[in-house]
Amino acid sequence: MKMISKPCSATKLLATVVALLSLAGCASIEPWVKPYQRAELADPIMAFGRHPVALQHSAHVRDSREAAKGADGSGGGGCGCN
Amino acid sequence: MVGAVVVVTKWPCLLWPALLLSSSLAAAVLPDNRIDLMQHSYQGGGVSIDGPALMLRSKIGEQVSVSGFYYVDTVSGASIDVVATASAYSETRIESRLGVDYLTGNSILSLNYAQSDEDDYNAKSVSFGVAHDTFGGMTTLSLNAAIGDDEIGRNGDESFSEQLRRYSYSLGITQVLSTRWISALNADVDMEQGFLNNPYRSVRYRDPLSELGYGYQFEIYPNTRNSFALGLVNKFYLPYRAALTASLRHYQDSWDIRAFDAELEYVHPVAERWVLDGHVRWYQQGQASFYADLFEFADQQNFMARDKELSDFNNLSVGIGASYRFASWTWWPAAKPELNLEWDHIRFNYNNFRNVTVTNAEAGTEPLYRLTANVYRAFFSIYF
Repeated sequence: MKMISKPCSATKLLATVVALLSLAGCASIEPWVKPYQRAELADPIMAFGRHPVALQHSAHVRDSREAAKGADGSGGGGCGCN
Repeated sequence: MVGAVVVVTKWPCLLWPALLLSSSLAAAVLPDNRIDLMQHSYQGGGVSIDGPALMLRSKIGEQVSVSGFYYVDTVSGASIDVVATASAYSETRIESRLGVDYLTGNSILSLNYAQSDEDDYNAKSVSFGVAHDTFGGMTTLSLNAAIGDDEIGRNGDESFSEQLRRYSYSLGITQVLSTRWISALNADVDMEQGFLNNPYRSVRYRDPLSELGYGYQFEIYPNTRNSFALGLVNKFYLPYRAALTASLRHYQDSWDIRAFDAELEYVHPVAERWVLDGHVRWYQQGQASFYADLFEFADQQNFMARDKELSDFNNLSVGIGASYRFASWTWWPAAKPELNLEWDHIRFNYNNFRNVTVTNAEAGTEPLYRLTANVYRAFFSIYF
């Protein structure tokens, strides 16, 4: 029984994430979308998981009938809108 | 049944700790208060699954938000697996969940407990997550970890008792890319160890002495499964008031299953009170290395499966939904009531799973199985 077949994919992912994290923490790059410019991102129609109860049922229906799972959510609102 | 690695059709049930957790994480801003009461229904492949669900989320002070979730699946009918080897059945699964989010600075810490109970399957899981808002509020980083324990029984066999332990880790980054574009990249690693197969399901093998040309034996699965999933979601605010979401996901696991899915969703407000949405989704997967529709002889391999969820198949889903926002109530002016209706139509095409209910064909030449399903959701939401 082998483990995940392509461990290099995980390595590439980690490298990408580290690069993104580094980018996020880089002082030389300023946030280019100011809070007052996020009205459209804050619109409820742009929300990740606009209806959580429906989203969960939909995921339940899929996960029960498909082998794939995970990585289908988002890390949160993320736009610092409000 | 916990875990999305549900390789059984008898228990179309799982908890979604990682998903629930991630959806509850709104970095640096606690989620809004809301109540949702839903009736759901799945009709397809000879099976009917329906029941109610209730979700409640409320802030307590400025830094804490609590949530509760109660969900019931009532299953009846007979899938093709059941028609082939057993009798129709009905059963109920009840899932409940409690969660708390704590806001501190630009971070939200979350703790969730979930439990699922059936007469032959009990699952518990705990998950912990942190989401941190950074880079001027343009970036959200999230980390989640979950652990679960399942106890598996077999109706009619009191001596049968098995265990399954699950670990799940996820990492996500959500990034504002422009005033109208936000993107999320998520990675999940899941590890499961224990009893992973269905104690009821069988594989079939050629048996010249049998009237049908084949016989049945119980499935045999490995006792570990490790999986990796990577998902990318992009949301765009269009030049007029509407939103377009494009999602891609890749999945692979140690059973040699590879899967890919893509989805497009369009959300369009109409007038003041209506929001309409539609989506289309494509999913495809390859089969597990130890899957076969028809084995050549009994005990052919150390691991043997004939679960159509582990077979080579694809499906296409289309769905529509509508939301209507009612006028505020005079007795509760802060509340915003809303009615939502959603319908999904799904067509499954199995490429190596044959319809054994067709008995006038030679073993292994039966027509490939097809499945059409309709999913309905009606829910009433109150934002407050």
